[in-house]
Amino acid sequence: MALLEFNDKGIYCPPADVYIDPWKPVERALITHGHADHSRWGNKHYLCTESAKPVIRYRLGDVQIQTVRFGEQLSHNGVKFSFHPAGHILGSAQIRVEYEGEVWVVSGDYKLEEDGLSEPFEPVPCHTFITESTFGLPVYRWQEQTKVFEEINDWWRKNKAGRKVSLLTAYALGKAQRLMRGLDESIGPIFTHGAIENTNQVMRRQGVKLPKAKKVSGKFKKEDYIGGMVIAPPSAINAPWIRKFKPLSIGIASGWMTLRGARRRRAADRGFVLSDHADWNGLNEAITATGAERIIVTHGYTNIFTRWLREERGLDAVEAQTEFEGELSEDNETEE
Amino acid sequence: MKNFASLYTQLDQTTKTNAKVSALAQYFEQSNQEDQLWTVAILSHRRPKRTVNSTLLRTWAAEMADIPSWLFEESYHVVGDLSEAIALTLPRPQVENSHSLTYWIEYIMSLDKLEEAEKKERIFAAWQSMDYTERLVFNKLITGGFRIGVSQKLMVRALSQYTGIDENILAHRLMGNWTPTETSFKSLILTKDPLEDISKPYPFYLAYALENEPENLGAPAEWLAERKWDGIRGQLIVRKEELFVWSRGEELVTDKFPEYHPLAKLLPDGTVIDGEILPYKEGRPLTFNDLQTRIGRKNVTKSILKKAPVIMMAYDLLEWQGEDIRHYPFQERRRRLEQMVANHDTKGLLLLSETLDFHSWADLVVERENSREHHSEGLMLKRKDSPYQAGRKKGDWWKWKIDPLTIDAVMIYAQRGHGRRANLFTDFTFAVWDGDALVPFAKAYSGLTDKEFREITSWVRRNTRERFGPVHSVEPTFVFEIAFEGIRASSRHKSGVALRFPRISRWRKDKPLREANTLEDLKEMLSAL
Repeated sequence: MALLEFNDKGIYCPPADVYIDPWKPVERALITHGHADHSRWGNKHYLCTESAKPVIRYRLGDVQIQTVRFGEQLSHNGVKFSFHPAGHILGSAQIRVEYEGEVWVVSGDYKLEEDGLSEPFEPVPCHTFITESTFGLPVYRWQEQTKVFEEINDWWRKNKAGRKVSLLTAYALGKAQRLMRGLDESIGPIFTHGAIENTNQVMRRQGVKLPKAKKVSGKFKKEDYIGGMVIAPPSAINAPWIRKFKPLSIGIASGWMTLRGARRRRAADRGFVLSDHADWNGLNEAITATGAERIIVTHGYTNIFTRWLREERGLDAVEAQTEFEGELSEDNETEE
Repeated sequence: MKNFASLYTQLDQTTKTNAKVSALAQYFEQSNQEDQLWTVAILSHRRPKRTVNSTLLRTWAAEMADIPSWLFEESYHVVGDLSEAIALTLPRPQVENSHSLTYWIEYIMSLDKLEEAEKKERIFAAWQSMDYTERLVFNKLITGGFRIGVSQKLMVRALSQYTGIDENILAHRLMGNWTPTETSFKSLILTKDPLEDISKPYPFYLAYALENEPENLGAPAEWLAERKWDGIRGQLIVRKEELFVWSRGEELVTDKFPEYHPLAKLLPDGTVIDGEILPYKEGRPLTFNDLQTRIGRKNVTKSILKKAPVIMMAYDLLEWQGEDIRHYPFQERRRRLEQMVANHDTKGLLLLSETLDFHSWADLVVERENSREHHSEGLMLKRKDSPYQAGRKKGDWWKWKIDPLTIDAVMIYAQRGHGRRANLFTDFTFAVWDGDALVPFAKAYSGLTDKEFREITSWVRRNTRERFGPVHSVEPTFVFEIAFEGIRASSRHKSGVALRFPRISRWRKDKPLREANTLEDLKEMLSAL
């Protein structure tokens, strides 16, 4: 019997009778992080890291949430569980599962580059590693984030000089805050869409330092936005909401912006390649660092990445079907 | 090349025409005449000869990136553009270069006669000295496909801004078979051609689609109706025994249609005709597709001329005996056009677009329904007293197209899109019932909204039965309404029919699987036409 198996409800651990990131309601759910495709509504008991809890609480409301510190070990029916930083967003974890000497790690979503906001990714040695593959193609290779922020700030300056509003879209949880921290506040005022402001407030209460920002509202006039930077969720681009910022330049910050076509489809003026997922090199590096011989590949370019691992890296790699949305996330309204 | 690469980035970063034109004009301002001329050449589809084939480029890119070639191919499929896929996959550059666009084009041309190993060495050396955008541009120079949303017309507009020379005159000067290796910016673009003044076209008058019932147009007696032909709108000019043909995009296409050349002598001096460049054979129009296959070609070969010859279907007369008569009522212009066609033997090259005889709007409804039998795409309604206006104007001219044919079909295969739609399933194969079996009959990849594409993508990922490379076979579940423009018998397709311009018109979530149409229904449509 496998220590973890994929069934119609989620990633299941039979000896402990618990699920990790279930997509259908279950009794006990261990949650890697607060994005909606990993942390769904309807479970009876939730277990997550301390720093992931406030956002999950804010999003799911009055549910039963227990927390754990990074590295702390819990036991359930003889199975040992511990949570280790995944570097994806604040509080995101890889979950280590150990039973009778066998170790499995569920990565959830992860990235290797430190973003100054999430607890930095930590490789966890294991026998079986369950990895995402959102950007599991060699065309996806990220630049250092400082360079991307330079590009974003340059774009903002140029827009300001042309008396335009800059509107940058990013998912409300994680990416938005990372972007805000990379902005050069001396250029102009920062405004936030309501959905982002709500998440910001939750994080500020948690002690996260974010630059000053004003929530977009009726009390501002059109002129107040000129030269400013508006941070909004991706759905805002297609809403009449953006009219009040005209003339404006629209930017999208996402790993998908690597492809010119993806940017053109979203009708954005600029695409900035910035992701909270590991790039091709990051995925490969993370897998090497675990020392795992068996790799289970989930959401993303699953079949291609699995073949790569099997044929070129000689690993025992298999695909697994999940309902995580990583692949489409940045593109539609669910999250990265 | 840094200049040109940065122009490429700027053009790619905007969809606004004015921004593109000013980026181009600025580029012309900043580059030398050699680079200017090559840029004009590239943007008017005059590329250097291809010296390395794409199979080699793919193999070498995989080799330099140190990945297996199947993985490069998968990446290429997702990216959708070879030049971009290569630029994204190669390792970071080792050195920089400061060579010009012309240098790199000559570099590419010099590969022509080299052995494969030597070509490879030079391509590697080039790649190693270029950043991402330079590589992208360099690859595009090799492979052709320079589509960056800049039409020849836009380029000419920018060139006009830079040189101060009128756009139509520039279009004239850029015509014909020239290459940058045999001419210079000065002699080609800055030097006056004696013919350019007489080639000048009039702006086209374009119609809007009829929005309401024709009854709202008033009395039928005030209108003329003719068939809407499915070719390319064109303007044919004969002045001083020279012939010029302009397409609706106001591009000079005289060279593309040598059939028309005898008209220079057959039509009187000072004649400008508005009409349709129509592929036409044995007394009837061919399909637009037949025309399309020849437009893209650089050389018009004998076999093309034989396969898809064109005639000019004349709609209107804009200049008569050297006089601009656009302000005359349409009826009056038309009368002169009829006389001209009657009085000059044009060897069947110039045909008159017949007007339809009708007394009530109901008569026209019947005529419109006959459109497919006449190989036309609907009707044109023109007010008898209308002047020939400039641009798209409402009121006097209307196009009244026929509705597409439709059929309800079942989606059975899905494939990921390329480029723009790389991470969505957007290419689908549809089937109709033949007894209990589903027979595929059409592929379609447009017509859904982005939201629907995301929904179907998420569904396909969960309901894939089998994979054949990039193609997923899915559980037959959903019915879609497929719209198309025509249907013909085809022995190459399993279903025995081939559709013209199939696209998805609706996702019929209301329709049960069993109620999709049948092969018999399709065959019935075939025999009805």
